[in-house]
Amino acid sequence: MHIPSPLYSYTGGATQVEASGSTLEEIVDTLEARFPGLRFRIVDEQGRIREHIRFFVDSDLAPQLACAVEPGQEVHILCALSGG
Amino acid sequence: MRPRQRARASRRTQKPVVLVGTRKGAFFLTGDAARRTWKLTGPHFLGHIVHHAVLDPRDGRTMLLAVRTGHLGPTVFGSQDWGRTWQEASQPPAFAPGGSLAVQHVFWLTPGHAEQPGVWFAGTSPQGLFRSDDAGKTWEGVRGFNTHPRRNTWAGGDGTPDGPTLHSILIDPRDPRHMYFGMSSGGVFETRDGGKDWRPLNQGILADFLPDKYPEFGQDPHCIAMHPLHPDRLYHQNHCGIYRLDRPGEKWERIGKNMPRAIGDIGFPIVLHPRDPDTLWVFPMDGSTVWPRTSPGGKPAVYRTRDGGRSWQRQARGLPQQQAWFTVKRQAFAADAGEPVGLYFGTTSGEVWTSADGGQRWARLAAHLPEIYSITTGVRG
Repeated sequence: MHIPSPLYSYTGGATQVEASGSTLEEIVDTLEARFPGLRFRIVDEQGRIREHIRFFVDSDLAPQLACAVEPGQEVHILCALSGG
Repeated sequence: MRPRQRARASRRTQKPVVLVGTRKGAFFLTGDAARRTWKLTGPHFLGHIVHHAVLDPRDGRTMLLAVRTGHLGPTVFGSQDWGRTWQEASQPPAFAPGGSLAVQHVFWLTPGHAEQPGVWFAGTSPQGLFRSDDAGKTWEGVRGFNTHPRRNTWAGGDGTPDGPTLHSILIDPRDPRHMYFGMSSGGVFETRDGGKDWRPLNQGILADFLPDKYPEFGQDPHCIAMHPLHPDRLYHQNHCGIYRLDRPGEKWERIGKNMPRAIGDIGFPIVLHPRDPDTLWVFPMDGSTVWPRTSPGGKPAVYRTRDGGRSWQRQARGLPQQQAWFTVKRQAFAADAGEPVGLYFGTTSGEVWTSADGGQRWARLAAHLPEIYSITTGVRG
């Protein structure tokens, strides 16, 4: 997993972490167990990826947490650009 | 040392503090006991949007911040040591899963009743009411409102420019079950059973942006205030004027009609004198045509009444006299409990202004801060 800078305060500064799971949902839950509080900052209470957050699995945009992840794939969490 | 001497010594060592929430972090201003010199510290959470920063008057120590960033979702941080360390809520305000509502930001924080230490309330965008029983560590939705059969009707579907909000959570000091809040939009609401049920309280309040100009609900109260010593006296600055209500009355009186016609009675904040229920302050803004939301004519001024809104006096001594186009948001104007009353407001242009004499003279405390979202006061022991 590639972690964006706004989430370093949760990962202790780690820019990349290993995570397991067959879907983004499972991977995010793994991250939450390891870094409590991280999930709610990027996924809302209805399970929707937040407006200015993007997930990519390898180089493909993954619009929902239900998207599958294969072993060995790289997941990027990206913060979409916003002004001001 | 005798008790009276001890109290006097304590007052000498107590320092007034002003908590400043901005679009890019939080700052603290700490004054001397005479409120003559101030020290600015911070930023805390640089780059984070701080909608509200509030010190708990019940312990003088617990501080909560309503925080988000441009990318990350909303949360609440707390500190017990004046910002040296912060703890994030392990369960921030969030609507129940399985619905469609999701908290976009925590907009308002209110410490609970004096006899309920550790209880806090939060108002969110979109409009939700949340309660914490452990000083902000975990939050639960107040089901009596968030799942009220009429909640969606009352809250409407509007998207105000910065998102619809629930704010001005007021708790009757005589009875913690008796509360009010405001919704922008939605109107003023009241509960008498601790939040199990709510009802609109909007008689007499204009909604000039709706087909029905005096509806049961749907108005846009910008900021509501209850007098702490006379809790039957309510005031509020609305999208459509300044109002007063004396309970058990039900009908608000538009006291803003007594403001100078050229200034009008549109604005965001309203601040009450901590002891005199007839004295309050507002900060008018230009609500004409396309709603510039600037100081009218580029000449910022506070207006004060000392007779419950029958007459108003302009207080602009020390403020810029021309070409000053800032305004003051609804959470960004506060009074302290001093004698005479100290006033503090923060501007959209990042300045903090103060008056140590109830608004007669103003001086700038800080400049060049980010856009100011909230100003609250407290005492540091």
